[in-house]
Amino acid sequence: MTDKTVSLPEERRHGSFIKNNLRNYGMLISLIAIMLFFQVMTGGTLLQPLNLTNLVLQNSYIVIMALGMLLVIVTGHIDLSVGSVAGFIGAVAALLMVTYKVDYTLAFIACLALGAAIGAAQGYWVAYFKIPSFIVTLAGMLVFKGLALAVLQGQSLGPFPPTFQKLSSGFIPELLPEAGTLHPTSMLIGAVLALGLVYASAKGRSREQSHGIEVEPYAFFLGKSILLACAVLYFTYLIASHRGLPNVLVIMTALIALYGFVTRRTVIGRQIYAVGGNAKAASLSGIKTERLTFLTFVNMGVLAALAGLVFAARLNTATPKAGLGFELDVIAACFIGGASAYGGVGRVGGAVVGAMIMGVMNNGMSILGIGIDYQQVIKGLVLLGAVCIDVYNQRR
Amino acid sequence: MTAMLEMQNVSKSFAGVQALRDVNFSVQAGQIHALVGENGAGKSTLMKVLSGVYPAGSYEGTIVFEGEERRFRDINDSEALGIIIIHQELALIPLMSIAENIFLSHPPSKFGVIDRDEVYRRTRELLAQVGLRESPDTLITDLGVGKQQLVEIAKALSKRVRMLILDEPTASLNEADSAALLERLMAFREQGIGSILISHKLNEVAKVADHITVLRDGRTVDSIDCRAEPIQEDRIIRSMVNRDMAHRFPERSVTIGEPVLDVANWSVYHPIHPERQVIKNVNFGVRRGEVVGIAGLMGAGRTEFAMSLFGRSWGTNISGSIKLEGREIALPSVAAAIDAGLAYVTEDRKQLGLILADDVRKNITLASLDQVAPGRVIDDIAELKVASDYRNRMRIRCSDVYQETGQLSGGNQQKVVLSKWLMTDPKVLILDEPTRGIDVGAKYEIYCIINELAEAGRGVVVISSEMPELLGICDRICVMNDGAFVGEFKGAEATQEKIMRAIMRNERSNSVPEAAEMGGSQP
Repeated sequence: MTDKTVSLPEERRHGSFIKNNLRNYGMLISLIAIMLFFQVMTGGTLLQPLNLTNLVLQNSYIVIMALGMLLVIVTGHIDLSVGSVAGFIGAVAALLMVTYKVDYTLAFIACLALGAAIGAAQGYWVAYFKIPSFIVTLAGMLVFKGLALAVLQGQSLGPFPPTFQKLSSGFIPELLPEAGTLHPTSMLIGAVLALGLVYASAKGRSREQSHGIEVEPYAFFLGKSILLACAVLYFTYLIASHRGLPNVLVIMTALIALYGFVTRRTVIGRQIYAVGGNAKAASLSGIKTERLTFLTFVNMGVLAALAGLVFAARLNTATPKAGLGFELDVIAACFIGGASAYGGVGRVGGAVVGAMIMGVMNNGMSILGIGIDYQQVIKGLVLLGAVCIDVYNQRR
Repeated sequence: MTAMLEMQNVSKSFAGVQALRDVNFSVQAGQIHALVGENGAGKSTLMKVLSGVYPAGSYEGTIVFEGEERRFRDINDSEALGIIIIHQELALIPLMSIAENIFLSHPPSKFGVIDRDEVYRRTRELLAQVGLRESPDTLITDLGVGKQQLVEIAKALSKRVRMLILDEPTASLNEADSAALLERLMAFREQGIGSILISHKLNEVAKVADHITVLRDGRTVDSIDCRAEPIQEDRIIRSMVNRDMAHRFPERSVTIGEPVLDVANWSVYHPIHPERQVIKNVNFGVRRGEVVGIAGLMGAGRTEFAMSLFGRSWGTNISGSIKLEGREIALPSVAAAIDAGLAYVTEDRKQLGLILADDVRKNITLASLDQVAPGRVIDDIAELKVASDYRNRMRIRCSDVYQETGQLSGGNQQKVVLSKWLMTDPKVLILDEPTRGIDVGAKYEIYCIINELAEAGRGVVVISSEMPELLGICDRICVMNDGAFVGEFKGAEATQEKIMRAIMRNERSNSVPEAAEMGGSQP
């Protein structure tokens, strides 16, 4: 070895720290700005407990699918069939529960399994036969849209058993005595969640510190934690003062936490990003790239099925039009949330924020009475703008 | 003789970092002027100033070309005067033909309709001029890198060229193609074209250059008129790195132990043309603590051999046996090969070795995540420690392990790839062109790492197209040609001539049996 020692400046300046974080939180800040904008424009309607609950219910299936889509996009693929698959699964669910009176638990599991099978069928062609995912899933989109029509014979089918409806329209049961309009159980869960989040991040920070790892400045950390806790508490307060936490919000939160963990902290998550970043290098590092691609499609199928069930339960009927165009909102959510169309880049948090941006805009514009025509124009421009800003940021 | 190009007191800085300081650089008509220096010395920056990539006003100093001061606003301005730059990364469109590529931006046309006869006629002329015998219709993707490089030059010649700038033109070429390319350069010299040759290969520079300018840290540190004085490689290297490198290759105490890898009767067929046998029943072995070189021309099958061993990641219908530490094992997948203790550092680190958008840490742990992930959940602190440890041990120059690998220099990227494979704790490491495109200082460090690996009792296989490198670091050199080993030399006995002779003799003997067969069929 040469005897020249290399010493490098280790310090990361505050300025660059804020700049880095601004990129990470950029979309979150946009979401807050958009929410404030509509809150003002709608004269406070947006954040009314009733509307907020509706907002969650309306967007739950987009968020659920965005989690799967994010992984698909990270591996460098795309899935155009999710809307059709969701619609098809809704139709099958109705056929099983309404026509054949199958037990709802059994039907629920069967539908998720069918979703997995559909994902596997499409993933097989993409992963092992190297057929571009755009084409495979475009075919899937047509196939399952057609099959949904065939299953329903062009008619709407409903209503679903009441227990099944609870999946979307139910709220968590109230265990504590009611306190006026506020639901204490929900409030309690929110408070525990807020404390838990702050505790976890404080613990993580001190753990890093004890290992001599540079951490964010204390003031920064404190401010962030307080803001986060307040946001969670305020949000639960609003929700709790309507009818409490919707069941679907609980499912959604659990899934977000799960996928966030899988993508950031597990081997399989890391490997999925590696496949998207450079499939050849990943494969020469011993990663089974084909199997991972296949699995992301299976996962997408299951989540599309779950979204289809949630949507069907919400409408309480399966219609041939269910799921129409969902794929566009889902894909847009991922890209608004900072995923890269080239693969390898994207965060679960980003996709969720992206989905919420789309949701808030839909909801806010509807309240304002903007027609469906201009709503689409505005959403399209927001998508383009968000991606442009992201690309611009990366070039800097 | 007045200079064709005179760059005077050129300075350029980027956000406070001084990339060039008062550089003076001049090229005469009909001169091959070599520009050498470590990566980051400012060679490319200087060429970008010259070609107008950095427009006038963004740098200080003056450029005088053919007697007039020039202020280029962009690359079109410099091209119009015949200053043509050929970049290291070829900019050809793979699925277009040679002719289409050459006349991509300015096809001869009548009323906006491309005149195909004229295109073909001129393409043939240009191809003859660069000495490339291919049909103008051949697709770029069907050509080897060496020929692609010639197409790039033909493309440059299709414009009015007065000065040709070649950035590492031979970095990805084998010896024969490099020689052919350098001969072209010498032919251009006769036509009065000035050439600027950026190269890390000093033997090439010594062969063709009329003048050598050495840059270091953005300054001109040496200027050698090769016609007036003999070229001393040591002097050049010394000025490049400002370090008296008595030896370009580090010393090592050699202790060779038991055989660690033994490959017998290994045979591989081409994945797309399954009737073609690419590796022909070869035997190959490495011992503990031994550095074995595989020499050969490009296309000899060296990379294919290595990749087929490494979990069958190349080729079909693979047969033969692999013994690792005396035990016969099957390596059906890359994961199995890694587990068994084999590591393969790819030739092309950007395409095959690294995930450029990921940080140093993630790249280092990619092949051995299990070590830092008990229960498949990554322990980020353990991971960070491992990565920082490798960063220090390998002297990877990065701001921290969270820096994107895409931002690092070639030598540091290579160290990241090496770290990744060291982390898998291999018994045998195969390094495919480990020093391609990296500067002299970093090369030396890579050689040191190779020595350390061997001293630690690992078997090391080095595939390289640079013969001096193999001669400098290997205990034994095997020569591969046309999918078979055709010679083997002890490190001390090997010379470039012997290796080349082994290849050439085989080339000849390959053609002999065919002739014999034909003769035999006639009664």
